[in-house]
Amino acid sequence: MVCALILALALPLQLSVDAGLFPDVLNPYYLHLLTIIGMNIILVASLNLLNGYLGEFALGHAGFMAVGAYTAALLATKALPSAAALPPVLGTFVILVVTLGGAMLMAAGIGYLIGLVTFKTVGDYLAIITLGFNMIIVNAIQNMDFVGGPRGFTGIPKNTNFLAVAVCALLTLGLLRNLIQSSFGRVWVSIRENAIAAELMGVSIARAKNWAFTIAAAFAGLAGGLWAQNQQFITPRSFDYIKTTEILVMLYLGGMASLSGSILGVVAYTLLMELLRNLLSAFAPQLAEWRMLISPLILIVIMLTRQTGLLGNREWRWLRSRQGA
Amino acid sequence: MGLRITDLTKSFGGLTAVSGFHLELGDRDLQGIIGPNGAGKTTVFNLITGVYAPDCGQIQLGEHTVSGLPSDAIARAGIARTFQNIRLFAQMTVLDNITMALHARAGYGLWEAAFRTGNFHRQEARLLAESREHLARFGLLDRQREAAGSLPYGEQRRLEIARALATGPKVLLLDEPAAGMNPREVEELIQLIQQVHRDFSLAILLIEHQLPVVMELCREVQVLDFGQTIASGAPQEVVRNPLVIEAYLGEEEAMA
Repeated sequence: MVCALILALALPLQLSVDAGLFPDVLNPYYLHLLTIIGMNIILVASLNLLNGYLGEFALGHAGFMAVGAYTAALLATKALPSAAALPPVLGTFVILVVTLGGAMLMAAGIGYLIGLVTFKTVGDYLAIITLGFNMIIVNAIQNMDFVGGPRGFTGIPKNTNFLAVAVCALLTLGLLRNLIQSSFGRVWVSIRENAIAAELMGVSIARAKNWAFTIAAAFAGLAGGLWAQNQQFITPRSFDYIKTTEILVMLYLGGMASLSGSILGVVAYTLLMELLRNLLSAFAPQLAEWRMLISPLILIVIMLTRQTGLLGNREWRWLRSRQGA
Repeated sequence: MGLRITDLTKSFGGLTAVSGFHLELGDRDLQGIIGPNGAGKTTVFNLITGVYAPDCGQIQLGEHTVSGLPSDAIARAGIARTFQNIRLFAQMTVLDNITMALHARAGYGLWEAAFRTGNFHRQEARLLAESREHLARFGLLDRQREAAGSLPYGEQRRLEIARALATGPKVLLLDEPAAGMNPREVEELIQLIQQVHRDFSLAILLIEHQLPVVMELCREVQVLDFGQTIASGAPQEVVRNPLVIEAYLGEEEAMA
């Protein structure tokens, strides 16, 4: 219901902005903000699968985003014809399916391999290892000349628009919700709650965790693929641990183990940062750089005052299970 | 044959926690292991369930040797247990604690779950019905939506036993189920275990610190002290065994 509503709004919104209708109300800036929010929802919701539901502190999400972004960029520029050479709507659709599918598969594959190594450890060690892999991925890309190395990857066609992001974000939320409210989700939460008991109920812990890790990586790859084809220019540095931290801040702001929280956290954080940016550049441009202090500050305040975030462990009705069990 | 254990031994550093432990547990037997604190009772359970790997000895479930397998494989082979310090999934609902235990028989794959296929809905409805039926049997149905961690102590114990049984085990290991219970709760627990023993086709092995529980439930017990079996047989005979009296009295003295 809510999904249908959002899609029903997204389509005319995209069309009217593309057509340049009502430039004052529906300007591309707002649409750009909504696009960023959509991509961030994919990132935060998928990280929630690991940090919220599975209860493992993973710190390398931006690394998988990078894998997805570069895979999609390569596919879009080197492997596929440009959208102009194909029939208009269908062509873009096919390009998106191929690039995003490739991005997800690549990120999932690398996530799976990293997970094999990583889930021999838990807790602090896991956090540090995932952080290490994030750095390895970013540094590896910096040393790959065929994707531009440290200069970045330029000339990516703009295949992503708000509509595509909205569809992907809703698909991500729907699929994650379905998984969380299935036997797989119950197993993941049981590992968080008591790993020893879960194991003695016959759960292969390493396997279950690696499934979650692979799925989360795939969705991070999806967000990266959308990102690359929206920004049209990517550099390895956009995916370092600072991006990971930003994803974490939104996650904790919204609350662990709650997809509703992930949505709310992303919206609140993105709007807050944009608001601050506009306010500071209007009234105190010399303080503009201080904006970046805000996100770690938010994290500290949440940890001190409200560890469950805005909506920890609670869900809005449309993200809850039908059976109400 | 349910569970057959031969010559089970485990030491930690210089300390021999269990040495030369034997057990023959028939298909529908109900046996007990008693002994003072630190006698190695829980270590025996941890060895059976693969939490620790035995130094030597063999554990057979039916025809299969399970010693040396990882814990989750042993659990799937049909050995379920409860814990001395309750280990529920505290933040999950009472219902989900049971439904989770059915994971190995979910009957659908990742894709079917992600896209909610017809098969997923059918299997999920089956899991739900099975879980509710199971909860009803243990008198926990009206608690199904509550968080497991918010239940009173006695009901948490009951839920843990229910969860272990939901996996459909051939052997159920109960680790001090009466620990921390008042006499009325202990009486209820004894009835519950008798009911489980009657209704389910499985063997039960019970660790207990409190002698009355074992006296009432088991026809055969083993007494462990310092990792060694010092006596075995019918509980009424065993408690008259001077070695057993010494082990228990010795502990009383040490505690006094």
